[in-house]
Amino acid sequence: MRRDLTPRTLALIVAAILAAGPFAPQWTVFLLTVALAKGLVVLGLMILLRCGLVSFGQALYYCIGAYAAGLLGLRYEVSGVFTLMLAGMLASGATAFVLGFLLARYRSIFFGLLSLAISMILYGLLVKTEALGSSDGFNLLPSTLAGFRPADAWVRYMVLAVAVVVAFVAALLVNRYLKTPLGRLAPAIKDNEIRVEYMGASARHAIHVKYVIAAALAGLGGALAATTVGHIDPEMAYWTTSGEFIFITILAGTGNVIAPFLGALIFGIIQSVAFDISPNTWQMVLGSSLLVVIVFLPNGLWSLFSRGKAS
Amino acid sequence: MEQLLAVLIDGIIYSAWLFVAAVGLTLIYGVMKIVNVTHGSFYALGAYAAASITGALLAHGMPPYLSYAVLLGSAVLVSVIVAPLIERGILRFMYAKDEVVILLITYALFLILEDVIKLIWGVNPYFIAEPYGLLGSFDIGDLTYPYYNMILVGVAIACGVGLAWMLNHTRTGKLLVAVIHDTEISRAMGINVDRFYLFTFTFGSLLAAIGGAYTAPTVSVVPGLGVEVIVLSFAVVVIGGLGSLPGAALGAVIVGLVRSATIHYLPQAELFVIYLVMAAVLAFRPRGLFSLAEARKI
Repeated sequence: MRRDLTPRTLALIVAAILAAGPFAPQWTVFLLTVALAKGLVVLGLMILLRCGLVSFGQALYYCIGAYAAGLLGLRYEVSGVFTLMLAGMLASGATAFVLGFLLARYRSIFFGLLSLAISMILYGLLVKTEALGSSDGFNLLPSTLAGFRPADAWVRYMVLAVAVVVAFVAALLVNRYLKTPLGRLAPAIKDNEIRVEYMGASARHAIHVKYVIAAALAGLGGALAATTVGHIDPEMAYWTTSGEFIFITILAGTGNVIAPFLGALIFGIIQSVAFDISPNTWQMVLGSSLLVVIVFLPNGLWSLFSRGKAS
Repeated sequence: MEQLLAVLIDGIIYSAWLFVAAVGLTLIYGVMKIVNVTHGSFYALGAYAAASITGALLAHGMPPYLSYAVLLGSAVLVSVIVAPLIERGILRFMYAKDEVVILLITYALFLILEDVIKLIWGVNPYFIAEPYGLLGSFDIGDLTYPYYNMILVGVAIACGVGLAWMLNHTRTGKLLVAVIHDTEISRAMGINVDRFYLFTFTFGSLLAAIGGAYTAPTVSVVPGLGVEVIVLSFAVVVIGGLGSLPGAALGAVIVGLVRSATIHYLPQAELFVIYLVMAAVLAFRPRGLFSLAEARKI
């Protein structure tokens, strides 16, 4: 059996980012941190996509994570990065645990549409909630780490460092999970659910677990995005945000846990470069790249790296 | 009492708008099994074409009463050009793919069309108020309603009745029903299924464009117009049952009345109520209110 090179590759990337971070310009640090936040969400979507489920409402958990972090700051003046991320993760995970009883019964287009409806419910609620700034949202407190508040120039690097470490741990755990029996059930569910049941496994239970994991990751990503950007608004739950996450998932492919982060980074780069060069055609660039990937690389960009290797 | 009447009238007007905007989606899904995100783009295309063409003709001295026909003409023009281009140029190569993948393809096309619209019409808003103001308004109690809204109701009824008649009483419609029920057998019987796909996609998109064209006089036509329509139409057709024509009508009426009631009695809940109904219907009847049981797949 070939050794799994993923943990070592991940560790190298993390070390490189941590070492280069202090010398990188602020905007690249920002771009990278946002990419990590979105990558966490996409990591969750990848787990779902492996069993053939596409959620058009993952923005729900992204937004819950962000608002959980924001509310902690607003009501209790909590600003510790780890606390906020933990709160976001728990809030999303708990919501998904409850909703999972319903959603784990749905497949294909209906799974997508029901998750879309639920995320739009949250959007509708937040837009009309004046205490939380309605459609404008509100700002977060500047982040701290274990009670320590770094100089302004270092805040971004600090958040990046935390994000890299958190994403590293999440990616390693998911990598392990994919190799457990429950994780390996995903492609089987995608191919033929009834055979999975004949085998004695419960597809519904497996999907419920995956759904909660995906939501927890999205909550983590949402809280991280909130601390990075310093502002949250209901748009985070809108269907276009979910669309963006699915976009990155398809772009990246499901081949490896590194793919979501790579996909999110490439997405961020395409978005900001295309937006800079031509603000009125950046969506066209995104749409065309999605079409090209679907048609020519059905397994995503990651298949460029894994070509020729046994999967 | 008066407020109840207002709820009813607002609800009917909103339902009419929703029905026209959404019915094409259910038609396309029913025949082609595509959940078509570009539907919102066609709505926006229709609105832009109608606003710019009608505006230009009015500026050149066209009699204002002709503008109602020009609105329709612009919708036909834009969808007859763009829809076949998309269906023949891209979608027809994708039919073998999974339902969800085709949805993503239409999402990609939606992103592209958003920018195509900006490239053609720019980012500044378009206004055409003439068709709206021309007809004047009528009073019911203390409430004033523009007659223009009645045109929208008329368009909705015409679309619904016309579609039902076409499906049940014409040769084309009967062949289309055969295609809906079994594509392969239809093909074996000599029906040109490809032509029906092209026809359905164009016609479904045309309905969205008509929705946009007749809404254009009541709003300012700006980029991003179609974004909200997509998810609202999803809600309408999902409530009624994807692919069902009476379902789309029922969904539009439910959403329309529910929304107008909440606007009058509980304005904070306006948006979220629609999606609550959608989620509730999906939770209890996943295939919508008008749907037949589907055979279990092995």
